[in-house]
Amino acid sequence: MVSLQLPLSTINNKIFSHFNPKPASCLCRVGNRSRAFPCNKYSIFRGGEGTITTATAEEERLLPDELRPELMPKHVAVIMDGNGRWARQRNLPTSFGHRAGVRALTDLIDLCCKWGIRVLTVFAFSTENWLRPKLEVDILMSLFEMVLKEELKILMRQDVRISVIGDSKKLPKSLQKLKTEVEDTTKNNSGLQLIIAISFSGQYDIVQACKSIVEKTKDGVIQPNDITEAVIEQELETNCTKFPHPDLLIRTSGEQRISNFLLWQLAYTELAFVKSLWPDFGKADFVDALCEFQQRKRRYGGRDS
Amino acid sequence: MFDFLFLVFSSLRDLGMENGNGGNLQQLFQRLVAVIYDILQRLFFMVLSVGPIPNHIAFIMDGNRRYARTRKLGPGAGHKAGFSSLIRVLECCYKMGVKYVTVYAFSIDNFKRDPCEVQSIMDLMLEKIDELLREESIVNNHGIRINFFGDLKLLSKPVRMAAEKAMAETAKNTNVVLSVCVAYTSTNEIVHAVQESCKEKLARAQVISDVNAEIRNSFGGYTKPLEEEYSITLEDLERHIYSAEIPDPDILIRTSGETRLSNFLLWQTTFCYLHVLDALWPDISPWWLGWVILHYQRAKPYIDKNKAL
Repeated sequence: MVSLQLPLSTINNKIFSHFNPKPASCLCRVGNRSRAFPCNKYSIFRGGEGTITTATAEEERLLPDELRPELMPKHVAVIMDGNGRWARQRNLPTSFGHRAGVRALTDLIDLCCKWGIRVLTVFAFSTENWLRPKLEVDILMSLFEMVLKEELKILMRQDVRISVIGDSKKLPKSLQKLKTEVEDTTKNNSGLQLIIAISFSGQYDIVQACKSIVEKTKDGVIQPNDITEAVIEQELETNCTKFPHPDLLIRTSGEQRISNFLLWQLAYTELAFVKSLWPDFGKADFVDALCEFQQRKRRYGGRDS
Repeated sequence: MFDFLFLVFSSLRDLGMENGNGGNLQQLFQRLVAVIYDILQRLFFMVLSVGPIPNHIAFIMDGNRRYARTRKLGPGAGHKAGFSSLIRVLECCYKMGVKYVTVYAFSIDNFKRDPCEVQSIMDLMLEKIDELLREESIVNNHGIRINFFGDLKLLSKPVRMAAEKAMAETAKNTNVVLSVCVAYTSTNEIVHAVQESCKEKLARAQVISDVNAEIRNSFGGYTKPLEEEYSITLEDLERHIYSAEIPDPDILIRTSGETRLSNFLLWQTTFCYLHVLDALWPDISPWWLGWVILHYQRAKPYIDKNKAL
């Protein structure tokens, strides 16, 4: 059927929650200040494990003025969409787009480490992506191996703990082995936890949790009627972190859908749809998304008091 | 430009609906305005029908209380206005050819609210279910089938019985299916699906075990239960979610500007187009709905091409 192609992107109205990232130097900062709480140059922000720690002056400077330290999300999830389009716009092969995407990811990891975010989950490869052309899939698998090897030392210095979630049985043997090595090497790190979702989907996560649960019901460990939300949560692959539920999900490239990512865990997550393609996603876009997040009221089904 | 047009159309609608105490001339003018409004709406729907119309739209009906607060209305008035808005939206979906509509009426988390507010919502639900089942209501005029999804055991007996009655009496309707999520959260729905799947697997495993025992006793042969019988698959879970017979939503619309799913249809919206409107739910009109559908039509080719990220 014919699709209507209207120049909707030129319309400026407040209807859309299409999140339009603006350069950090422009209106967003001023506008947000008028709606946001007064900017306090706190020297206090949340450290790890829920404690409040005193920051040094240098750490204070790292957090932009627009952001309130006490309202920073603990867990940020990202759908890194747009690598292919970025490459096509520049008449480059898709692999160049994925490589540029890796640079954007390392920059984001750096920012998360500096700004005290506890967990960063990135959607690197979904179960549906196995349907892509074999060449692209092979290139992506090689890229994952290469990046994990190249970045491991830097991530160790940054005290990043790496966890890889997803159906690892489908991954190449070398990547499976590397995954185990990387997780073992970084398991004692106490800084940012980087969760990389490879060969993962939200529905796969729930099905694999159910397989574990049904084994327990078969063995009589648990009765079907005793299955609760907590029981399922324990079996999900995000049980590798203390903060399994993202506070903020960012999807780049303007697409407004979840695409089978972290289904259960996104129940109350604030969603931000950013128009930038993933390789172009930078500090300014991230600050804008965090500003937007900090102004939202999260009620979890209740009422404002 | 579009803000101005929406304002004009909303004013036309309100003018056409006013009950004037003036003379015949004023009534004639109001009828004329109503006719023009209706024609413009039909033209708009004709334009929309050039592109793909979504088969299933889901709504998170947020903003009723804020609507009442901004207009200084009494308690419960916001939710009543929200119900009127639901009827308008249903009418609009029927005219556009949308087959399935799902709405998030009351979450399990909403039981945490003030007991008076919860009770008033339950009373409103009873009243409106009764209204919908009357002969002259939109449900019978347009052949709307009503489903209630959720943990209905959490509802009081009168509300639960009214819901069951509505489902039974509208079961034969086939034009539009309205699914109302009450005492619902998606995680609760998934827990229910897991429980039912486990019970089903255990029951089948027991049957196989009994059959194997018979074989061993009768023929002295050995059989081993298949491990696959205990394994749960995606299809097993999908058979047990509340909306098993209904296709997944094509669009999920949340009103009042909040950008989150609030534990609604997490399983079913994996590839759904999400859209947030700043307007409050009682302010939703066919124009807003059409606007979202235009966006959906623009995004659909890419969604279909790249269903996997």
